[in-house]
Amino acid sequence: MIQFSRFVLPNGLRVLVHEDNSTPMAVVNVLYDVGARDEDPSRTGFAHLFEHLMFGGSINIAEYDDELQKAGGENNAYTTNDLTNYYCQLPSANIETAFWLESDRMLSLAFSKKSLEVQRKVVSEEFKEHYINKPYGDVWFRMREMAYEEHPYKWMTIGKELKHIEQATLEDVKQFFFRHYTPSNAILVVAGNVVTAEVLALAEKWFGDIEPGEKYIRQVPQEQEQSAPRRMDITADVPVDAFLKTWHMPSRLDERYYAVDLITDILGSGASSRLYQSLVKEQHLFTNIDCYHFGSTDPGLLCIDGKLVKGVTPEQAEAAVEELLEKLKRDGVTTTELEKVKNKTESTMAFEDMSVMNRAASIAYYELLGDADLMNTELDKYNAVTAGEVLEECRRIFDENNSHTLYYRAK
Amino acid sequence: MINRKKAPAYKDAVEFDLKLKPYEKYVLRNGVEVYAINAGAEELIQVEWVFRAGNWYEKQNLVAPATNFLLKNGTSNRTAFEVNEHFDYYGAALSRACYNETSTINLHSLTKHLSKLLPVVRELITDAVIPESELHLYKQNNRQRLEVNLKKNDFVANRLIDEYLFGFDHPYGRYSRAEDIDALDRNTLISFYDEYYRNGRCVMFVAGKLPSNLNEMLEEHFGDLPLHGNETMPVIHHVMPATEKKYRVTNDPNGVQGAIRIGRHFPNRHHPDFFGVQVLNTVFGGFFGARLMNNIREDKGYTYGIYSYLQNHIQQSAWMVSTEAGRDVSEATISEVYSEMDILRNELIDEEELMLVRNYLMGSILGDLDGPFHIIGRWKNIILNDLDENFFYNSINTIKTISAAEMQALANKYLNPADFYELVVV
Repeated sequence: MIQFSRFVLPNGLRVLVHEDNSTPMAVVNVLYDVGARDEDPSRTGFAHLFEHLMFGGSINIAEYDDELQKAGGENNAYTTNDLTNYYCQLPSANIETAFWLESDRMLSLAFSKKSLEVQRKVVSEEFKEHYINKPYGDVWFRMREMAYEEHPYKWMTIGKELKHIEQATLEDVKQFFFRHYTPSNAILVVAGNVVTAEVLALAEKWFGDIEPGEKYIRQVPQEQEQSAPRRMDITADVPVDAFLKTWHMPSRLDERYYAVDLITDILGSGASSRLYQSLVKEQHLFTNIDCYHFGSTDPGLLCIDGKLVKGVTPEQAEAAVEELLEKLKRDGVTTTELEKVKNKTESTMAFEDMSVMNRAASIAYYELLGDADLMNTELDKYNAVTAGEVLEECRRIFDENNSHTLYYRAK
Repeated sequence: MINRKKAPAYKDAVEFDLKLKPYEKYVLRNGVEVYAINAGAEELIQVEWVFRAGNWYEKQNLVAPATNFLLKNGTSNRTAFEVNEHFDYYGAALSRACYNETSTINLHSLTKHLSKLLPVVRELITDAVIPESELHLYKQNNRQRLEVNLKKNDFVANRLIDEYLFGFDHPYGRYSRAEDIDALDRNTLISFYDEYYRNGRCVMFVAGKLPSNLNEMLEEHFGDLPLHGNETMPVIHHVMPATEKKYRVTNDPNGVQGAIRIGRHFPNRHHPDFFGVQVLNTVFGGFFGARLMNNIREDKGYTYGIYSYLQNHIQQSAWMVSTEAGRDVSEATISEVYSEMDILRNELIDEEELMLVRNYLMGSILGDLDGPFHIIGRWKNIILNDLDENFFYNSINTIKTISAAEMQALANKYLNPADFYELVVV
């Protein structure tokens, strides 16, 4: 059970405080309700580029990092298709430094030309490092484009193409900032060795006078139900064939989510999972195979992803995967299997909650989903999933008409 | 109105009095030492068995990592699947890893399940059978994985720079090749297992919210095993560095980035310069606010990231600069790295920057002492390197007190471009 207090400042900023006196540190986590799904299709990669620019100086403070480091702090940030999260950790005695820094960049950035020029290059190198200079680096660009026709999940957080990043202008940056980086689109979580009343006073002092801005109303085109299978067969300069298949799955907020999450564990998490045991260990078709999903806020994708043993064709690999899924849809899962993945969920959650930083991020994330208290009922929701519900979800999701198959063949 | 131009008052982290929570130590009746940190609010535990069974001890390339990997792939009572199923059922994670000197089995679990898990770990240490079929799969999968990795410039660069520094015949310089994977055979693995695990030298590290009967449990399951440290003759390996220092290697003709590694030898943690160099390294390239990052990423935009670090070896280390930079700016990146070395040799670090680095390091250590798993990690490092708590306190003291002049002297001793091996893999 994770305790916290929740306040809303008059400008709309949500403030959540979690006290934990066993640590000498404090964590300040600011989540902005903006991700790659909020981008214009002709300017993709912008939310992530923007995350970089948030470190390029704010209206009153030239160097975010230097100031934080002087106070003994460390920080980082990440952007997903759904959200952008900034977090820093510092000795709790110095917590006001984090308030000063975070509130100033919520107030306004410096909009430095040099910062934009440099970060465009940095992000281009990031793009190259992770997606161009790596074998199979483009797999997810292709899969997303195949799986989504309407929804902006069809592009990666890094952006659809390098060109979009290279063309970003200072005017785009300003617009983006004032549309999304407002108190009403943000959630501030302070956790660690802190006193709630003091945090609230600091929040009012530093964030209270920031203009509320306009509440951003998200209008994301939703995906139509898919009625036929989609397939792609490509050949690239890679040493071995790869196989990736995905199916649409319910959103993070859907009650069905918990059963589906457990399905991915049963199929593909750990060395005793079904896919690994059958296709790697017994049938020798794959050298590795995983099943996972991204937990996206809008309906996402359930994925089965593996590399083939040389000599095995993607057709054979797919047939074996399908056979395994057919059996699952016919016979369902055993009680022991279901207990196993529930135990694993309990354990994973407990380990994640060990770190104050993770707890702060979770509180912010669940608050974004609608209510931070949801995090305290998650385990019950997993434990309530029945074998019957798992079977029903398997039958619903593993439907060929709901699928996208990618053969990635070695030249 | 608040003055947003002015930073709020803060406490210099150097004023913090950092303490490393002492461990409790038990010695099992067979002589195995157990180091324990009992802390934390959650009912979680980590148990780690560290064996002197790293590749330092193998006589044939890859025998140590293959044995380590296959430890959990079957005993005389359980198939690989049954072993995995057992740990997975209790939501536990059993991982293993092989390093240069040591190799480990590491168990993470909810404390309540520990008694169900320890007997099976005992089986892995006493009764692994390494089935032929499992070895066959291991070889096949690793050959393919190697083939994929060899397409990655960073992977190739990491291998080559180690080879240049230490020589292929040294455990720090050796890497996997397809022919080494092919040559692995079950008998060699079994005899390595017998010597370095079943009758090996083991030390244990436990952390978390520890059950009151932990000592008895460990005694029961591990106290009777011959793990007291089969004190075999120490194995000596000689470093054989390459004579040539500069390399340009083409790996991917269409590559868009070069993997750059610039490295020199450096003594181990027992050397008196180690503490000062840790601070100097932080200024140079050890964190996001370091000079290399400020210059090459934040000013020039040549790379997504650039870092320098000391390699984590026990016997002998290396000081390394590592980055992936745009293909057409790789050479410019290298000259910037050398020019940062020049500046450190020729100019004193100003007080403001030095204070920032002191505070950053202190804050970072403070944050890293948070929780039992981090604390035991620090102790493990100290114990396996044959050091004591003075290592921690000397390190803190150096961070607080080292002068700019001392750091310049260290830069003059260690940051001479002529001493560095240099490699770009495109």
